[in-house]
Amino acid sequence: MKKNPVLGWAFALPAVILLILFLIYPTLRTIQLSFTQGIAFRPEPYVGLDNYITLFTRDPFFFNLRNFPPTGAFFTTILWLILFVPIVIGLGLMIAVMANAVRYEVAIKTIVFLPMAISFTAAGIIWRFVYSPDPNTGLLNAFLMAVIPGFQPVPWLGRVDLVNFALIAAAIWLYTGFCVVILSAALKSLPSEVMEAARVDGANSWQLFWRVTVPMLWPTIVVVSTTMIINVLKAFDLVYIMTNGGPRNASRIIGFAMYHETFQNGRPGYGSAIAVVMLILVLPFVYFNIRRFRVERQ
Amino acid sequence: MATVSFRHVWKRFGNTVAVKDLNIEVADKEFLVLVGPSGCGKSTSLRMLAGLEEITEGEILIGDRVVNNVAPKDRDVAMVFQSYALYPHMTVYENMAFGLRLRKTPKQVIDQRVREAARSLGIDNLLDRRPRQLSGGQRQRVAVGRAIVREPAVFLMDEPLSNLDAKLRVEARSFISKLHQRLGTTFIYVTHDQVEAMTMGTRIAVMSAGELQQIDTPYNLYHNPRNVFVAGFIGSPSMNFFDAVLKEEDGKVIVETPAFRIPLPPAVGNMYRGHAGKRVVFGVRPEDIHDVDYQPPGILPAIIEANVEVVEQMGNEMNLYLEEQGKTFIARTDPRTQARVGKRQAVAINTSNIHLFDANTELSLAYEAKQAQPETIGASN
Repeated sequence: MKKNPVLGWAFALPAVILLILFLIYPTLRTIQLSFTQGIAFRPEPYVGLDNYITLFTRDPFFFNLRNFPPTGAFFTTILWLILFVPIVIGLGLMIAVMANAVRYEVAIKTIVFLPMAISFTAAGIIWRFVYSPDPNTGLLNAFLMAVIPGFQPVPWLGRVDLVNFALIAAAIWLYTGFCVVILSAALKSLPSEVMEAARVDGANSWQLFWRVTVPMLWPTIVVVSTTMIINVLKAFDLVYIMTNGGPRNASRIIGFAMYHETFQNGRPGYGSAIAVVMLILVLPFVYFNIRRFRVERQ
Repeated sequence: MATVSFRHVWKRFGNTVAVKDLNIEVADKEFLVLVGPSGCGKSTSLRMLAGLEEITEGEILIGDRVVNNVAPKDRDVAMVFQSYALYPHMTVYENMAFGLRLRKTPKQVIDQRVREAARSLGIDNLLDRRPRQLSGGQRQRVAVGRAIVREPAVFLMDEPLSNLDAKLRVEARSFISKLHQRLGTTFIYVTHDQVEAMTMGTRIAVMSAGELQQIDTPYNLYHNPRNVFVAGFIGSPSMNFFDAVLKEEDGKVIVETPAFRIPLPPAVGNMYRGHAGKRVVFGVRPEDIHDVDYQPPGILPAIIEANVEVVEQMGNEMNLYLEEQGKTFIARTDPRTQARVGKRQAVAINTSNIHLFDANTELSLAYEAKQAQPETIGASN
């Protein structure tokens, strides 16, 4: 068949227009803004690399090496990556494998997946209640007071040292279901004869899991991991709803910092610089996921 | 090296019975083939022996140990699967070494056994490859190699050749037979292919609908099938069956079908005399129906005529599809046969090799009589 280049472009045109309008133009505009103060979202006045220099040298709420461990939105995001990604994947894998072995598998998976069906705003509000220091509304404090005698209610979201862990726990609750569904689908597609061969070969359940199941699931684990990493790097809504970055800016992560500087502190140029940093951090993972997807398809 | 015993073994999945009161004694170093159509319970039986399925009732012994509650890894068996079930993330070497690694075998021993097995299987140049880089035949050898290095008491094989093409399958058949001779270990082999069963097994257990139909040597299964199922399952093309009545006239035993009458010679007839008057199933193999012009010498022929429907020239022989009174049957005749489609053809049935079964029970009427004198079965062929 003869290829018709005009027709090909005609078919691609609507998608190309949408991409240019809503993706490529805003990206370029953001990069442009990041080199300015961006007053009223106009690319002026030009400040060169000032925003970036400030970001990494003079903004203790973004990048602060003076504390140990370092603090600021950049390092809080790294804390999220270190805690959230392995736990959500590990938990997802565990539930997927265990659900696979019992009856009521569908019921279990439905319950675990349910949080994904709620809007993040609603989930944030639910968890704000859970963490409330008032034991009449705060489920977690009420529970701990019932279980541990003499336990004093803790303001989970009000303490600088606890707030990030509380937020990460809520995010894990939200995303575990997603990991379970993807990993359990991959688990189901593994050939059962290979598992049986390993059992006859002498593997106990533990060895079977670590030396056969996990290696065979590895491509899927990698894809889910990168997806989760990207989710952390662009996370915003949960923090916005639950803490608005507080207390004392302790729960700001990169995605939230961008919004915070742009809209709440009125510094679009500075916020754009954060957005560009975010883009640079996400790009390798996006690239990796796309490449992986291509390999899988071949 | 070990014996294997199935003693009154049952397997039920809910209300369906997959294996029904199975009793088999496998001798040490034997090559036993479990054969039957799909869903007959042969794979389930093998999987119960491997420990991959629970035994609903009865006992399975390996050696003199009851293994009902022994985990697969502790049964000292190795299994080759239909899909080969190689570990896709491991190299050929790792695939073969895996079972030994799990058993904490010393590194040098593993290395030595893997390399030796690989050499004997002709895959020593593939040790660094991964399964997806191998052809079907190579994968099959790796799967066998993985079983060999374990040096198990019993080898289990579940349709290991059914994913190979026809030419490779013939090669692999003799390769596995040789392997059995070399290792001198008990082999239990599951297949749906009666040719594989006949060519490889020292004994064959024919199963159908969860029940053991007959267990015997290939020779005896062919010449003295215990019932209609075994008679029809073993041999290709299948045995021809006719509804018939057994009669006795003037001291002669006669098989009467709607299409033709076959008087049996005294030596054969005497075996069936006691059943005169019964409704029977008359069975005769295609290779025991000859063109009258090309009869082998020394047979006791009964001549009948039929219409020729299809002629298949095979070169070394000829398959004639014959029809008489609405009943079709097949004859494997001499390739020089002058049969023409649409014409009448006279054929000679070798009466010494006929089979008669009770029409109700479908059991062979002469099974015990023939079993008692196995050396004369089919002697005139």
